[in-house]
Amino acid sequence: MSLLQDALAIILVLGGTFFMLVGSIGINRLPDFFTRAHASGKVDTLGILMFLSGLAVFEGFTLTSAKLLLIIAFVAFTSPVAAHALARRALIYGMKPWYGKRKDEG
Amino acid sequence: MSTTNTELCSKESSMMAPTESPIVHLASRGISPVILLVGMYVFFHGHYSPGGGFQGGVLLAAAILLLRLSLGTSLSQPVMPSWITLRLSALGALIFAGIGLLSILLGGNFLDYHYLPMPWLEPAYLRYYGILLVEVGVTITVMTTLVAIYDDLLGC
Repeated sequence: MSLLQDALAIILVLGGTFFMLVGSIGINRLPDFFTRAHASGKVDTLGILMFLSGLAVFEGFTLTSAKLLLIIAFVAFTSPVAAHALARRALIYGMKPWYGKRKDEG
Repeated sequence: MSTTNTELCSKESSMMAPTESPIVHLASRGISPVILLVGMYVFFHGHYSPGGGFQGGVLLAAAILLLRLSLGTSLSQPVMPSWITLRLSALGALIFAGIGLLSILLGGNFLDYHYLPMPWLEPAYLRYYGILLVEVGVTITVMTTLVAIYDDLLGC
């Protein structure tokens, strides 16, 4: 049981770090604001969720894991809303999305 | 300048209202009581776990500022009106300094909880409730001062 618990926790934490890494690379590499908001809003949310649920699995049935589950619910609710608010406000104030020009065309 | 600021505060503020998304409205209105609850939790656990008056006050202020930012200033007035913030801030500082000066008047040092006029309590509990009262003052002051800073930046 404990071995299975540790294995599941390690898998979840490694998956979470992988998605966080992908999100960070996306924030650095993607071309404009909206795609970067996409990267930070979705991939980082999934990474944080997997990371925290891995920690909760590692902790077992305690009060700490209950608090971690509350944090998971909070992050899953707020992070997409924050990304939505940023992207919507940028679009309303006239920021142009990126339409796929190549670099040599300008 | 003051007329434009009062227009901004009194009307349904022009930069917020017509384009605001219902997702943000609903999420902020749903999350703000949760943040208030976490703030009260952090505040009441300040004696024996990480937390305390300043952190709890910052969380309470964050809940109110979330409503101020998402709903606009006028719609969030019922949660905490702008005219009450500085008055409550002064009240919190009065509670803090009042407890300290009360223990001076009763023969101790500043914030010396053993001299507080509650003789039916044992000294350990006297210290407990003394710290709790001081933390109430700190929490009220921090929360209302942060909200007052935001309101003053908008000029309300």
